[in-house]
Amino acid sequence: MLTSILTKALYTLISFFVILNYSLLLLGTMARVRAKVQGRIGQPVWQPYIDIIKNNARRSGVTHGIMFYLGPVFRLAGGLGTYFFIPVIFGSKIFANFSFSGDVLLVMYFIFFGQLGMALGAGESGHPYSPIGVARGLAQMTAFELPFSLAVIAVAAQYGSFSITEIVAAQQGGWQNWVAFTNPFAMAAGMLAFLGMSMNNPFSIVIAPQEIPIGPPTEMHSSFLGMLQTNRAIFNGAKMVLFMNLFFGGAAHPNIFIALGIMIMKTFLIYLYVVFVGVSFPRFRTEQSIRFFLGVPTLLGLIAVIQQMI
Amino acid sequence: MSDNMNDMDQMQLFNDQGRLLNAGLPDEEKALFCDAAPQVDAPYRGIWEKFLNWARSESLWILGFGTGCGAIELRPLMTSRYDMYQYGVQPRPTPRQAGLFIIGGYASVKTMKRIVRSYEQMQGPKFVLGLGSCTVNGGMYWDSYNTINRLDHYIPVDVYIAGCMPRPEALLAGINELKKLIKDGKGENANKYAENFEWYKGNQKKIIKDWNMPDYNW
Repeated sequence: MLTSILTKALYTLISFFVILNYSLLLLGTMARVRAKVQGRIGQPVWQPYIDIIKNNARRSGVTHGIMFYLGPVFRLAGGLGTYFFIPVIFGSKIFANFSFSGDVLLVMYFIFFGQLGMALGAGESGHPYSPIGVARGLAQMTAFELPFSLAVIAVAAQYGSFSITEIVAAQQGGWQNWVAFTNPFAMAAGMLAFLGMSMNNPFSIVIAPQEIPIGPPTEMHSSFLGMLQTNRAIFNGAKMVLFMNLFFGGAAHPNIFIALGIMIMKTFLIYLYVVFVGVSFPRFRTEQSIRFFLGVPTLLGLIAVIQQMI
Repeated sequence: MSDNMNDMDQMQLFNDQGRLLNAGLPDEEKALFCDAAPQVDAPYRGIWEKFLNWARSESLWILGFGTGCGAIELRPLMTSRYDMYQYGVQPRPTPRQAGLFIIGGYASVKTMKRIVRSYEQMQGPKFVLGLGSCTVNGGMYWDSYNTINRLDHYIPVDVYIAGCMPRPEALLAGINELKKLIKDGKGENANKYAENFEWYKGNQKKIIKDWNMPDYNW
């Protein structure tokens, strides 16, 4: 019993280490891709590491109360919670994390848990720009939640399961079995919702750096900010792995390294799509983004669900 | 500041317990602000501090203070021509997260108040870069009735960039000079400010007559 728990903990640590480093490098790579689009050289790929080290190495910090401490902790718990219940590589013991029969529901909850925790922490900082950022974030979140949930419901109805592992298992046997091809409306709704979830352009108004300096984390600094940046990487990685599992057949191969390679390739392309949209379109205002999510993406989600009913 | 307060009252910083008086604040607001002076945060020693200094120098987040014409020279740094991101430099809109304070040109007495507030809100180690001759000796405003002449009488300055106006290349050269200073462990001006707090406060209060803010803006 104890051995199995310890083994599981060790496996989870390995899986956590891999996703953290991969996501940090991915963030750095994408910043460079954006720079190339703008005709710049761009920051080094390892810049996210240096930023996190620098922020944690700050010698002073100001606190505004207990919730201010707990805000980043909740955010990190949201990121870790999301990641720890998603199986990263199909059929692998090391990268199975804590997946179980109803994990997709728990993951959906964890995706929003962090934002709510952050709202409490940012609220206590007393800075007026933090609640503005939080309000914008929560409004946008409520809007993209709808197409995202509809997409997940459609996929769950398609395979009669709320387990990510079973959903991935049903997609094995070639690309023609992926949800992207068997249920394209669900994929379209989900991927449009993903744009809002990743908070890149055109849905980056939440952290609008000029009008409301940096949004919810305006007052977060030093190691508080270091923690938020670490979470940003984990959370991004977790969401990409989730979308890869739900719509693009997951990552499966008997050889763990090839499977990891497949995972890296698929998630890289998923994130590249977000960046591609981001550099191509200007930013939406909050009410525009809400109107956008409640329009075509929701409709696509509804079609996907109705398709599964009939 | 209440009207009946004279200059001497304003200049007195500490009470008997060594706490800040915050004499410029109305009584009902005093409880809202901190009454502790800044502390010296000793650096680590040896290779660990060298490593952290390397990280600090390679990740400089700018708080740009567009006081004067110098602000116009800050903008091109972001563009593809100068691309400060490749040196690990990026703008940050809030003093809490920024580590490098760039004073873009002349500082009038009125903006000095905001400069002091923003500088004190930044978390250490923090660095200041004075851009343009006006921050060195007043430049073309040296005999003006309401601009300060030497910035480092009021907040510690790490690097000055002379010129009127210095080009963005000069600014980048200044940033690279600052990087060298930080890597050599010479970027300890946040501690210098804490050590000479009374001297800096005295200088600031000499020129800012309507001192209606806390004595230390944590």
